[in-house]
Amino acid sequence: MIATPDELVIRIKGLTKSFGAHQVLKGIDLDVGKGQVIAVIGPSGSGKTTLLRCINFLEEYDGGSVRIDGVEVGYRDVGAGRRRRSDRELANIRVDAAMVFQQFNLFPHLTAAQNVMLGLMKSRGKSKGEARQIAEKWLVRVGLAEKLDALPSQLSGGQQQRVGIARAVAIEPKVLLLDEITSALDPELVGEVLEVVQELAAEGRTMILVTHEMAFAREVANRVVFTDQGLIAIDAPPKAVFDEQSNERLRAFLSRFAAFRHAH
Amino acid sequence: MTLFLQTLPFLLDGLRITLLVSAGVIVLSLLIGVPLGCVLAFGPLWARFPIRIYADFVRGVPILVLLYFVYYGLPAIKVNLPSLTAAIVALTAFKTAQVIEITRGAFQSIPTGQTEAAKSIGLGLVDRFVHVLAPQAIRRFLPPFVNSVVDTVKGSSLVSLLGIVDLMLALQQVIGRTHVALPLYVMGALMYFAINYPLSTLSRRLEKSFI
Repeated sequence: MIATPDELVIRIKGLTKSFGAHQVLKGIDLDVGKGQVIAVIGPSGSGKTTLLRCINFLEEYDGGSVRIDGVEVGYRDVGAGRRRRSDRELANIRVDAAMVFQQFNLFPHLTAAQNVMLGLMKSRGKSKGEARQIAEKWLVRVGLAEKLDALPSQLSGGQQQRVGIARAVAIEPKVLLLDEITSALDPELVGEVLEVVQELAAEGRTMILVTHEMAFAREVANRVVFTDQGLIAIDAPPKAVFDEQSNERLRAFLSRFAAFRHAH
Repeated sequence: MTLFLQTLPFLLDGLRITLLVSAGVIVLSLLIGVPLGCVLAFGPLWARFPIRIYADFVRGVPILVLLYFVYYGLPAIKVNLPSLTAAIVALTAFKTAQVIEITRGAFQSIPTGQTEAAKSIGLGLVDRFVHVLAPQAIRRFLPPFVNSVVDTVKGSSLVSLLGIVDLMLALQQVIGRTHVALPLYVMGALMYFAINYPLSTLSRRLEKSFI
């Protein structure tokens, strides 16, 4: 289960993060190997979204270390200490950890294709023509062949989120970060988005997803991480997590999802 | 009828001054106000602070006070401006404060998710500004700005108080000579309206076309 070091994409050590006096992350350790799909579950306020946002430094962690392919994300060493990276350095690192957001966050003034093309041109140095080709390829893959030139406001939530996924995956990040990507969707639109994620998982893309879709986590993840009070309480294969429910807090958490209510 | 034909050239001269003052004020306040508004939206605290003070102060002072301050007040410190220059300076000082606020609001009303999404696909500061924030800010900027242009054209009538023969003063002078008040005021009002109505319509259009 624990990947050998040369296959590691993400290595998180002793990660801490506070908002004011409230410490949200209290020392997280997490290794993610190439091709692994990690589902992060846990009660709200347990730090799972903060953990995800520290990986691309949208949230600036205070202590500990997050490395993508061996490169420390937010800071570079200066003498005995470390200094926050410049915006330019951060941009170069963030391409490797593209994120899909709960609220989609598509660029409303750009068409679906342009949304996908922007990162390709500005962060991956593709020409407009190349970028358009890649964008079309991805939008076709997520089932939006008919919507290439539609504005986000003309798309349903599910369609918008599929554009969001295409935008993130098109720049070929080393890890894809999915932050509760179906939470803002009408129930009948959740399936079309999860299908896309499942395909990406099947082709061996490294992903970390924060989710409330327990059935989906069980199906698609190699490992399920249960966060509780700023720490990782459990890190195990989905079967072990959902069937054994070894931890009292996990049991309490899962009992809120009807399908996983433990039979006593 | 002959009255209109006789006075029209004089009124049109006044209208020309009104347009000149308005255009000067608009262009100058854009050139100064937009950059300052960007600083107010994104800059460090030490840079935001004086801009904040300036904008709040100027917006809290009647335009007429600014006008008299520049024209009658500044000579006390050996700054003697011709009336037309003084008028443009005073109105620009006022309009700049508004442009600063509109610019700041245009950027700050963009959800933070936009910046986060741009960061998460590896866009640096310049690309985020040029390709993500600025295009959205312009859409939010234009409707209130066009409204503010309408205010400028109307507010420029105050320069008549410095003896500048704009449309307002031209009207009053013609009325003084002819003693025909009502038709001439109607005519003057229609001239202001002819400029401002298309602008108001444009502003409403812009509000509808950009969500």
